[in-house]
Amino acid sequence: MSCLRIDNVSKTYGTLQTVRGVSLRIVPGERVALLGHNGAGKTTLMRMILGLTAITSGMIDVLGHAPGSRAAHALTGFLPESVAFHGALSGREQLHHFARLKSVPVTQADALLERVGLDHAADRKIHTYSKGMRQRVGLAQALLGRPRLALLDEPTSGLDPISRHEFYDIIDELAAGGTAVLLSSHALTELETRTDRIAILSKGRLLADGSLADLRRQAHLPVRIQVTARRESAENIARTLGGQRINGASVLLSCPQEEKLALLERVTGFGEAVRDVDIIPASLEELYRHYSAPEGGGETE
Amino acid sequence: MKAFAIARLELLIARRNMWVATSVILMALFTFVLTLAGGAPTGTLGADPLTVAATSVTTLSVYLIPLIGLLLSFDAIAGEAERGTLALGLTYPLSRREILLGKFAAHLAVLAFAVAIGLLVMVGLILWRHGSAGLSPERPLKLFATSLALGASFLGIGYFVSALVRRSAVASGIVILIWLVCIVLYDLGLLGILIADEGGTFTRDVFPWLLAANPADAFRLINMPAETVSVLSSDLGAAGSVVGTGMALASLMLWPLLTLFAAWLVFRRLEP
Repeated sequence: MSCLRIDNVSKTYGTLQTVRGVSLRIVPGERVALLGHNGAGKTTLMRMILGLTAITSGMIDVLGHAPGSRAAHALTGFLPESVAFHGALSGREQLHHFARLKSVPVTQADALLERVGLDHAADRKIHTYSKGMRQRVGLAQALLGRPRLALLDEPTSGLDPISRHEFYDIIDELAAGGTAVLLSSHALTELETRTDRIAILSKGRLLADGSLADLRRQAHLPVRIQVTARRESAENIARTLGGQRINGASVLLSCPQEEKLALLERVTGFGEAVRDVDIIPASLEELYRHYSAPEGGGETE
Repeated sequence: MKAFAIARLELLIARRNMWVATSVILMALFTFVLTLAGGAPTGTLGADPLTVAATSVTTLSVYLIPLIGLLLSFDAIAGEAERGTLALGLTYPLSRREILLGKFAAHLAVLAFAVAIGLLVMVGLILWRHGSAGLSPERPLKLFATSLALGASFLGIGYFVSALVRRSAVASGIVILIWLVCIVLYDLGLLGILIADEGGTFTRDVFPWLLAANPADAFRLINMPAETVSVLSSDLGAAGSVVGTGMALASLMLWPLLTLFAAWLVFRRLEP
């Protein structure tokens, strides 16, 4: 059973269509990243799942409940983009309040404060917190009551690399416990190893939905091979294989996925002249650019 | 009932923001000064000290309680919408009705606390200066209950404006305007028409209704006994004595319900 089912959902504000016929499913324990530029419709989609914004057409089902219903809210955790709290409260007071709203014992709130690394600052007023600390309070409240569905809008924006890493560790734990996680981001590199599936949203349309390996295969993006040669042979290798000289002694080659092995064979044919070879698969950035480019998606209007 | 959790948090915030302290100090200070000042001419007028004090405090409360009510409520929804805390709050399993009721309960409690302190100061001063002779609990209690109804009416108006405009700065401007109109301009306008009408149909048939329709005037009508009003107050109260207390009481009970309902209707449709 899916934790979240989105069927052909559209959202129109006046004449502006911000979400167009999006369908998406997330099963328990799955981590799905929603990728897109600002204004691609990520936040609108999340707001519709939460019932904060009415759906213009289509259907959303949250664990068998209507979006925005009390039952759906009880099973959902949400971390809004640039989360804000009342500055006059301490982190602990704020989280205890949320625990009461979710009918969760306040001891769980204390445990979560510790889990997100805020126990030392829990009794300070939130207006003294840094952006990263507020974001941690935000994550902690989203985890209250072990939600079955977690919606995290740009959860790591404004965080330093170590905090990002800790954030994803917590999200992994949550997913391992059976929670379906939908997170939006445009920090692409960190998603490569941290999500099971990637959904690319551009101008309100879902252009791709699949695992990173699937998306790579579908995109037919060229594989790049970086050859580090001996200084005197670099020119020869570049000329013979049709590559591009970089950094003095290196050559960057590019070929379709299926010709990779043949090319590697030719590279190794140079024997002693080659010191090292690196294979660089298409990065998430390239995939993202490929799918969201107007001519590259292979999607028709 | 999740409204309790909301009320609890709002009370904490009201205490932190010094709203509780400010309201209490305002009420206590003004009551103190007015009770002392109002006590001076007692001898010549022959009215009992409680009536004099209650009349002074009523006149004060007509200005102060709506003001405190509006100040407590104008930011309640607009402020949260602006800070961005509203959207998150609305993703929790509770209804908007509960959010509104929780905030209302907390703000009414702040108001009740301030009014109670003010009235205790009044009664304390009378006991100190005049002793307990002729001191009945009925009038202070009536003053207390109607003060809360008056405050609740303006809390509701504040929430309504707050949910309608969604911008704190705009809401603050509008509630000050509403305060000015309801408390000052409304009476001036009525007075002007009364003078122009010279006891015509307006004075007899329309005016009593208009007077009772304003919660501030209704509050004044209930708390200013007609026999002393003519002596102590140069206000509209005397002319309004033709209005039954029943009508004023009904108005004062209806206003909180109507304004809260209107606030809920607007809040219900709000997309954060």
